[in-house]
Amino acid sequence: MDPLILSRIQFGANISFHILFPTITIALGWVLLFFKLRYNATGDSAWMRAYFTWVKVFALSFAMGVVSGVTMSFQFGTNWPGYMEKVGNIAGPLLAYEILTAFFLEAAFLGIMLFGFRRVSNRVHTLATVLVAGGTTLSAFWIIALNSWMQTPAGFEMIDGVAHPVDWWAIVFNPSMPYRLTHMLLASGLTVSFLIAGLSALRYLTGDRSESMWKALRTGVFTAAILIPIQIFAGDQHGLNTLEHQPQKIAAMEANWNTGPNVPLVLFALPDEAAKENRFEIAIPGGASLVLRHSTSGVVPGLNDYPGNHPPVFPVFWGFRIMVGTGILMLLVSWSATYFLKRRHSLPKPLAMLMVPMALSGWLATLAGWYTTEIGRQPWLVTGVLKTADAVGPVAGSHVALTLAIYLILYVLLLIAYLGVLVHLALKAAKDGDSSPLPGVMKTAMSQPAAGE
Amino acid sequence: MTFDWPTALPLIFAGLMGLAILIYVILDGFDLGIGILFSVAEDAEQDTMIAAIGPFWDANETWLVLAVGLLLVAFPMAHGVILTALYLPVFVLLVGLILRGVAFDFRAKVPAGKKHRWNRIFFLGSIIASLAQGYMLGVYVLGLDVGFGGIAFGALVALCLSAAYAAMGAAWVIYKTEGELQKKAVLWLRTALVVTALGMAAVSLATPFASPRIFAKWFVWPEMLYLSPLPILSALLFLWLWRQTFHLPKPDDRHAIRPFLTLAAIFALGFAGLAWSFYPFVVPDRLTIWQAASATESLAIILAGTVVVLPVIIFYSFYAYRVFGGKATDLTYD
Repeated sequence: MDPLILSRIQFGANISFHILFPTITIALGWVLLFFKLRYNATGDSAWMRAYFTWVKVFALSFAMGVVSGVTMSFQFGTNWPGYMEKVGNIAGPLLAYEILTAFFLEAAFLGIMLFGFRRVSNRVHTLATVLVAGGTTLSAFWIIALNSWMQTPAGFEMIDGVAHPVDWWAIVFNPSMPYRLTHMLLASGLTVSFLIAGLSALRYLTGDRSESMWKALRTGVFTAAILIPIQIFAGDQHGLNTLEHQPQKIAAMEANWNTGPNVPLVLFALPDEAAKENRFEIAIPGGASLVLRHSTSGVVPGLNDYPGNHPPVFPVFWGFRIMVGTGILMLLVSWSATYFLKRRHSLPKPLAMLMVPMALSGWLATLAGWYTTEIGRQPWLVTGVLKTADAVGPVAGSHVALTLAIYLILYVLLLIAYLGVLVHLALKAAKDGDSSPLPGVMKTAMSQPAAGE
Repeated sequence: MTFDWPTALPLIFAGLMGLAILIYVILDGFDLGIGILFSVAEDAEQDTMIAAIGPFWDANETWLVLAVGLLLVAFPMAHGVILTALYLPVFVLLVGLILRGVAFDFRAKVPAGKKHRWNRIFFLGSIIASLAQGYMLGVYVLGLDVGFGGIAFGALVALCLSAAYAAMGAAWVIYKTEGELQKKAVLWLRTALVVTALGMAAVSLATPFASPRIFAKWFVWPEMLYLSPLPILSALLFLWLWRQTFHLPKPDDRHAIRPFLTLAAIFALGFAGLAWSFYPFVVPDRLTIWQAASATESLAIILAGTVVVLPVIIFYSFYAYRVFGGKATDLTYD
């Protein structure tokens, strides 16, 4: 098979597997800090129980993220040597700053955060939690800056076919960067809220009514309910930014072939690139114009304006729909759960049962969104600068195929093990409830002065 | 040689990258070594061994990311050439590191019945990663030659490096534990030292013959004279360490960290020898560090950040080691 397509599948598989875990750790670090601060303020050990349950999830997710991230740093060279040769002068410093400012910070203080509770003062432990959460967020900042630069490059000049930096501020804060970063941080927040809400719902269903379950459940549900409307707004703004800078991506997302006004919002279709049309289309007349231009007479770009230079339509169109559909479901579930928790102080069983699989809804939406934007950048690796096909390395297709197969098997097995552990941890927490002693907390932490004392 | 940035920066970055690799090899060396020693340790001992490295391994592995990152950002051409040539061994290394890294966490969180499986995966991941690193080093020394000779030489270096890592792991266990396990670790250290010594002798003998370039570099007067302290000093340290192993652990557990520091010094000397053999090439015989380097303005901005951040990193890494100083106790989340 073609090394290009195999390399793309391999990189796609690796980065898809990888992004699952940072998506959790970025926001979970801050949630853990929240649990910790609540405990510091109230002295209520239920907060600390929630902390200890979720810090294990954090540790495991962090390890999964680290090992899959190390893989990525090698694959730039093994599969895409043309990338660094052409834009290494831009990508290099951004990656270097991610390693120097973020990776070491989070890795060094992770040990103290995870295992240092009895070895350092409560204050230092809280500080370690802040530094780890800050490190994961900083890491997201740098990598999103690089990714956004690949989408909407700025602040550079080409000398002898190689990109050279001109204005680092313009490179880091390139046109799509603030939108993408906001969108991704919110996505991380939602992923974690639904994960916590879902696993707490699982505990609820097994009969656990402990205080730590309630605290985690409320934290998850309320955070989700607050974040989802913000995310819908941020996503809309991000879409408008894409319309301005990458119109061909919007055309693919909407499966719109001809530029013009009164473009319908396609709800369902099987886009056919050969025939340049949509089959089995169900659409709202004027909808896309209304959403993108805020007027039914607004002009929406069409794919036919970009012959040979637009992304594959089918995956971009459907990736976008899966993301948006999941987002709407998130809105419905989190708002109804909020209603029941606030007004009835309980959770109806069917809703709890729906929330359990929704624990992974953040993953689904995040992956679908990344597929939309990354496939939507094709055929370019760096828009207008470097085509994906020109960056692939000279490695034989058979080698890529072999390693791809093993990676996939490994990832599937690890994912099963990971989810198995999450369920195991939730069930164990449900069984322990509030009755189990918390040796570390009872003996040591309680004697430590809480904040303000 | 007049001083100017386009000349100095690639040199500085080659030095930084070398430093990152050396720190990685020493720090993750004892992590991987402990993973290798898992195969000969009892269940209860395994928990203590994990506790001796649990808070550190992640930061240790980050030095590898920094090393590869510096290769990637400072010498992008070399990154492409080296990693495409080593495609399969790099893949094997990554699988090993993945298994090792996740096994760390899984073994502590799965139901008790499944812990055994993850202990075995921890060992497998560690040994695979160690062998792959050694193999890559061997193939790299021979100028990325992957003929039969290259593979054989790579296999030799793989065994040697794994044994050296096992020695590091044993030395770390001596430092971080006490009682029966510590006594056992002294025996492990001795065994690993024998294998390492044999391997190093074989590699040292084979290297100049396998690589005419290195032969030329090693046996030229007067460079030979300047180079000679490295092997002599290494041999002396080795013998001294070997004698020490018969008196360990000392009363009151004095100087328990000495075996580890001695091994680290031997690693540093060997590394200096390698650096000497390769300079000024980053891809042996193909690309010098200046040919492979990124644009000066990009290196400058990375250096500016590095100068500020690296001391901070080293400072808080020491702090983290200090927090978990002393003998390893049970590793718990509370």
